[in-house]
Amino acid sequence: MARTVLTQADITRALTRISHEILESNRGPDNLVILGIPTRGVVLARRIFETIQRIEPSATDVRVGSLDVTLYRDDLSRTRTRTPAPTQVPGSIDGKTVVLVDDVLYSGRTIRAALDALGDHGRPSIVRLAVLVDRGHRELPIRADFVGKNLPSSTEERINLHLTETDGDEFVSIEGGNGA
Amino acid sequence: MRHLLSTKTISRDEAIVLLDIAEDMADVAGREVKKLPTLRGKTVVNLFFEDSTRTRISFEAAAKRLSADVINFSAKGSSVSKGESLKDTAQTLAAMGADGVVIRHHASGAPLVLAESGWIDAGIINAGDGTHEHPTQALLDAFTIRRRLHGAASRGRDLDGVTVTIVGDVLHSRVARSNLWLLTTLGAQVGFVAPPTLLPADTSAWPATFGFDLDAAIDAGPDVIMMLRIQAERMSASFFPNPREYARGWGLDDERFARLRADSIVMHPGPMNRGLEISSAAADSARSTVLEQVANGVSVRMAALYLLLSGDREDS
Repeated sequence: MARTVLTQADITRALTRISHEILESNRGPDNLVILGIPTRGVVLARRIFETIQRIEPSATDVRVGSLDVTLYRDDLSRTRTRTPAPTQVPGSIDGKTVVLVDDVLYSGRTIRAALDALGDHGRPSIVRLAVLVDRGHRELPIRADFVGKNLPSSTEERINLHLTETDGDEFVSIEGGNGA
Repeated sequence: MRHLLSTKTISRDEAIVLLDIAEDMADVAGREVKKLPTLRGKTVVNLFFEDSTRTRISFEAAAKRLSADVINFSAKGSSVSKGESLKDTAQTLAAMGADGVVIRHHASGAPLVLAESGWIDAGIINAGDGTHEHPTQALLDAFTIRRRLHGAASRGRDLDGVTVTIVGDVLHSRVARSNLWLLTTLGAQVGFVAPPTLLPADTSAWPATFGFDLDAAIDAGPDVIMMLRIQAERMSASFFPNPREYARGWGLDDERFARLRADSIVMHPGPMNRGLEISSAAADSARSTVLEQVANGVSVRMAALYLLLSGDREDS
């Protein structure tokens, strides 16, 4: 049965902490471009963007957008045809600090695709990765810089991540596996 | 989607998904690197039994932007002119490992034969067959209309209530047929205007209105007016006395263009016969979408190639 591991309040607290960490590692809000990976990464990116604006009201240079990676995936001829989502990169990313935002980090293949996609839009000076949940089982040498919650899980388990904007309710739960 | 042979069998939802993907593909043209790795390692063959530089280079550009390898095969000067059958040509392409075949043929139904014969296990795109269909032209026309009407908010929209008047050689036009099915599926109302000799004998199965009077159609103020090309190569029988008489009755000349509703869109699939079916003033005006249609053609064909060639072939 599904076990809730993060409530709505937990998610909000995690995103607030990630926002602070982003500002800390970037030494302020300058040159920040926050790009969410559809679908839920876009929602998270927008929330991080709003939180950063609350923390640093003088930060007018921070930008937010979305980066779809469907057309860069390495499994396109192995699964059903996927429908891409819109990409919206706000202005040039040359020389900027780009923070990629995704909901769950798993194999790392989505992020590999995102890095390729990003390269076709320009040349950022730094690329960082923020995820709400890291569940392990990486298949590529990729790690997140900012993590909401580390959630060691077995591959048989399912992670459900719901956000108000996309699903109507909000929680992270884990289900399946050996009676967890 | 396994093949793209006709717009008659495309559902409203399928059409909107394809047009939405074309929006994503159009965004690629505005980026620093105008190329996607999506179809890397796939081979697309342009199999053209009829000359068509525009359509062929549009498909070629689309396939190359998706990183597919492109092989151009034109019947002229090839084994076909030595008498090779469609079956042998298809099996040759299959043996070379073609993943997609874009076919233009003078015989209506040739793409369907290729898709159903089992000679080749590739996705088939109909790039114009006889007087039957030209689905990617209709898709790019629908895409162009949608963008003109809704701009950046086009995604997910249909063409509900849009009135489209298609003028000219409906009898021989595969563009007219493909547009009729697709635009109707998307909710538009299609009307045809042509000389009686250039309308099909039996139009009872076509969900459209028919008229002979272009002036009346223009005064009705359609959202879109689409001028078809008078195809000199198909004018062997005397469908009208001479070009000047056709232009007087059914050409979009300066006077008619001036009377057209101020926000009507003027479309033409190209290549244009200036002074015959369309005047230069109309073709070069801001309301003309002729060049947008060319640019959008690449985006729409990228979307079609993506839908046909990505994904597990067994699954689709």
